[in-house]
This record gives sequence, C-alpha cells and structure tokens, in this order.
Amino acid sequence: MSKGTKDHAQLSDVFNADEARVNWHDETLWFVRAKRDKAAHNLPEWEMLRETASQIKDNVLSNLHDYLVQFESMAQENGIKVHWASNGEEHNQIVHSILKDSGVDRIVKSKSMLTEECHLNDYLQHNGIEVIDTDLGERIVQLANEPPSHIVLPCIHKKKEEIGDLFHEHLGTPEGMADPVFLTAAAREHLREKFITRKAAITGVNFAVAETGEFVVCTNEGNADMGAHLADVHIACMGIEKLVPERKHLSVFLRLLARSATGQPITTYSSHFKRPRKGQTMHIILVDNGRTTQLGRPDFRNSLKCIRCGACMNTCPVYRRSGGHSYHTAIAGPIGSILAPNLDMKEYADLPFASTLCGSCTNVCPVKINIHEQLYKWRQVIVKEGYADPKKAMAMKAMEFTLSKPAVYKTAGKAGRWVLKHIPFAVNNKLNLWYNHREMPAVPKQSFGEWYKENVKHD
Amino acid sequence: MTNRDAILAKVKNNQPATRPIPADLSTLNTDFDKIAAFTNVLTTIGGAVIRVANFDEIKDYLLKEHQDKKRIISTLPELQEITELNWQHNDPHSYENVDLAIIKAHFGVAENAALWITEELMEQRVIPFICQQLAVVVNKADILPTMHDAYSRIGNAEYGFGAFIAGPSKTADIEQSLVLGAHGPKGMTVFILG
Repeated sequence: MSKGTKDHAQLSDVFNADEARVNWHDETLWFVRAKRDKAAHNLPEWEMLRETASQIKDNVLSNLHDYLVQFESMAQENGIKVHWASNGEEHNQIVHSILKDSGVDRIVKSKSMLTEECHLNDYLQHNGIEVIDTDLGERIVQLANEPPSHIVLPCIHKKKEEIGDLFHEHLGTPEGMADPVFLTAAAREHLREKFITRKAAITGVNFAVAETGEFVVCTNEGNADMGAHLADVHIACMGIEKLVPERKHLSVFLRLLARSATGQPITTYSSHFKRPRKGQTMHIILVDNGRTTQLGRPDFRNSLKCIRCGACMNTCPVYRRSGGHSYHTAIAGPIGSILAPNLDMKEYADLPFASTLCGSCTNVCPVKINIHEQLYKWRQVIVKEGYADPKKAMAMKAMEFTLSKPAVYKTAGKAGRWVLKHIPFAVNNKLNLWYNHREMPAVPKQSFGEWYKENVKHD
Repeated sequence: MTNRDAILAKVKNNQPATRPIPADLSTLNTDFDKIAAFTNVLTTIGGAVIRVANFDEIKDYLLKEHQDKKRIISTLPELQEITELNWQHNDPHSYENVDLAIIKAHFGVAENAALWITEELMEQRVIPFICQQLAVVVNKADILPTMHDAYSRIGNAEYGFGAFIAGPSKTADIEQSLVLGAHGPKGMTVFILG
C-alpha cells in the first residue's frame, strides 16, 4: 500500500473524522487485549515462558545460517522443494513460475503476512492468476479491495453492516442482512466451492523446525488445511526468521501465540506439515526481503523475533485510535513501525513517531522485543539520516540549540511567558499544532530558576 | 552466486555471536485434575466432552445423537458396524459430503483441550477438516498436562502430517462475534474412554 503524499498523522486524521467509529475501534481492540491479559494471568509461568521464547529466538538469530542449511536439507529429504528469494519480487516470480509449470491459473490462499509484504496478490493478478483469500477477514477486505488493517484481525476496522453490503453485492446475500452467523455461513458456502475446485493452495508459515524440516501453520478457521489437503500443489511462503531449533521448542511458542493474540489457549488448528501427501507437490519459499539487513543492525535485529501475534497493536493507544491503514504498510502498529523503516527509511520515516513510547507494546510482547526502545532509536537514526519531517527536524534543532545554552534557555523562557501573558493569540491559533487538542497552560510569574534565586539563601 | 548462497552469506556475516539454547521448561507443577481441566477448556471453546466406559457406549451415543446424519465415516475398527465401509482410498474431494467423522487421537492436552492426531489416524489428511461434525476418541490415561508434556510424548516420532486440534472450526472476524463452523467442523465431540 502506498501512502501517497500522506503520513501517519494525516492518514489518522482521515480515520479520526468519525469519532464514534474511532471509539468503537478502540474498545473492540481493548476487549481483545483484555482477553489476552486473562489468558496470560492464568499461567503462573507466563513470564518464564516469555523469557524462554525470547532466549530461543536469540539462539535462532545467532545461529541462523546453520539452522537454515539444516532446515533446507531436512525438508528436501522429506520430499519438499525448497526455493530462496532475496526480495519480494523474486518471491512473487517463484510462486508464479511454480503455478505456470503446474498449469494452474486459479488458487486459494490462507493468511500470510509475508505475501502481503511482497504484494503477491497484485503480482499474480497482473499475470492472469486469480487469487482467493480464504481467511474470512481477508476475504472480506479482498472483496472491499482493501489491504488487511491488522495482522490477526484483518477486517477489524469494518462494521458488520458494511460486510453485509459487500456480501450482498458479491455473494448475493439478502440486502441489509448483517448477522455475523448468517454472513459466516454464506462465506463458508462460497469458499467451500473454491476449496473443492482450486488445484493449488498457498499458505503462510508460523514456525519451521530446523531439526526435522517440518513447518507449522496455525488457524482457527481450518482454511489453511482445507486448501492444502485438497490441492495438488501446496506452496508455503516463509520469512527466514521463522525457524525454531528443535520440534520440542514449538511447545513454548504454541503456548504463547494464541494467548497473546486473542486470549485463546491455542488456535483450533496447529498443523505440522512434514511431507507432501501422496501425489502432491509441496514447495517452501524462504524469503529474505530485508531480513538479513535487519539482522545486521544490532539495535533493531531482535525485531526479527516477532511471531506476529498482534498483541502490541491491540494494546497500543495510537494504533487503537488511528487504525491499521494509517500505517500504510503491510504490518501496522508498533512492530510494523520498527520493521518498515528497515525496508525503506524514507517512505516509512513517519512510523517510529506514531507512538507515545508508553512501552505497553514491550510489556505484552511474548518474545520480549524492546519495541518502544527501538521506536525511539529509529527516531534518532531517521533524524540523523535526514529523513525526518522538516518541521520536526527544525523544531528538534531549535530545541537542541536552546537546551544546550543556559543563556538562550533563560531568555527563551522569559519570552515564552511574556507571549503567553500579553499576546496569547500568537500561540492559541490553528498554526500551533499543540493547541489543536490542548489548552495552553496558565502562565507562571517567574521561572523556577528565578524563584530559586529569590528564595534560597546562600550562606 | 545463487540467491541461496547470497542470502546465506549475508546471514553468516550479519548474525550476532552465539547465544545458548535455554533449558527445558520441565519443572512445572502438573499436579492438577487433567480430565476436569480438559473438559472445562473444551466446553469453553465450543466442544463437548462425553465420558464413556467402552465403545458400546460410544455407539449408543452416536446412534442416538447423530441418527439424522447421512454419511458417517470412521477410522476406528470398533465402530465399523455403524459407519461406512471402504471409504478410505478415494480422492480427498469426495469427502465433501461427510456429515460425521469419528477418529482417534494419540493424546489430549489438558491446558488447551488440543488433541494430537497424525496422518495415519486420519487415513486422509483432509478428513478432520472437511467433515461437518468431528468426533474424537481419546483414552483417559492419555490426557497430558501441558504442551511441554505433549512434545516430550511426540519425541522424534515420524509422521507426514500431524495436527493439534482444539474444538470446532471458528471465526470472530465479523465484529469479534464468535461463530462456530467457519470452514471446518461446526461441532466437536470428544469421547474420553476409560
């Protein structure tokens, strides 16, 4: 998705135009966050689990080369074809060539944030291949011609009435019908026909095991399994950071993933694919797309530990009130804001600033990524590299000048107090963004420095 | 240099110094009522638990509760007389009209009501996903406390495909309203045997 000329703040303004809707969005996500809390508090060993998961991922990143080689060789031994893609375009070309060789031009796809990141759907459609997203939320946004606004809850920004309208238009449901049970049943019927007739299925990968060459796909709906077990060709797309060392390590991550995402004890289906079924061809595409670069940035590399649970989004006060689309990248929210600048620092220079740095994201992260610290670090990198919003950069320079020179600081304080007292309209106007949502403070008579001089006697 | 070699070279160059793999989480307190916990979780996520002493009780239950079902298949020889015979070797698409499938699980997990089922217990991989209703039989002695115990039990067992299945297929994608039966089974019954 391209933001065009608008940044996160401007796109949030669009989302914020409808205040009732913002409140509804905010409350819905907070409800999911509360469910996560309940699930986490039910496990006395929760903090130990997070620490263990974090350490396993540290080990994976520190030994990624060998784990990738081991995974490839085990997967090949299991009869899976392994491909490597340096970037999104190569990934898309590989998928296309597999489909072309199999003579397939209509496919089903279950949820994969990686394929969103690579813009696979657009690519395949331009090449004459029809893609049907089979996750209900993803199918809804696909019918609406929108990207997902959340990595776990793709259409969390949509009201059921809007979904009813979409289904009326595309699936022929009765006009005005917005009952979730009815709409889900209609989607079930619509998508069953696709599962039965499509010859190739694409899935994402939640975890891949270096020791055994198997990979795990988690869904609640069963759509990944319906697609994969009925198709002649199964293509699984994964980022190179999805590995865990041994099969037994899945226990730690499967305990954390669904509890962090939705508060469920586990997803309905945690499917372990080790070998293609008889007569089926199975492919895995290992994708870099900037991950090796992030691995080489010590301050940001542990963003690669992310297991895509979405907990940081559900808890983020900025995400909840600005909506996923205002982040103009496949992965929104706090984690997306530290992943995106690695791919394109200029295009995503606004995202690390779309945070209050409150740290809630870091506190809920199941693999203990220091998200808010990385957001803060990205801000420094972005300003230093010259990608910051010019107004912001100038304000920061002025601030630095003022704060580093005591005399300037004193004069500036005096001037500020004088302006607020004598010509308040100079700051209480639309040009001052601070004043947009706040009253300017009452003016103190003197600064603390002046008060101190007067009141503290030096013996 | 191929893509593969270029990516691997970059990984090698950029990966940090070795960090150790942490110790196992095998010291957890597992002294709780596994059957009660399993039953509680499965009920919460939309499934049903039926305690039975033997296969005759399972048969009686199925005949009574599922007499309206047209196509019933099972991988369990004990249930042959009430289920379709010789269904196993057809094209997976042909199971689209299965109303009820009854299969066995290796074991269940108390903390999340997940049942571990591998390909040989499904006969066809698609069975537990494509049927309208799923029933799973598990021995009472095979309800393990947590996922750590689950993977210790799996060990390095060989399988082509295996899945943890916890409850019926579901979605909450429309305004967070929970709906059972997204694509897979609309209901799940677990018979705890013994």
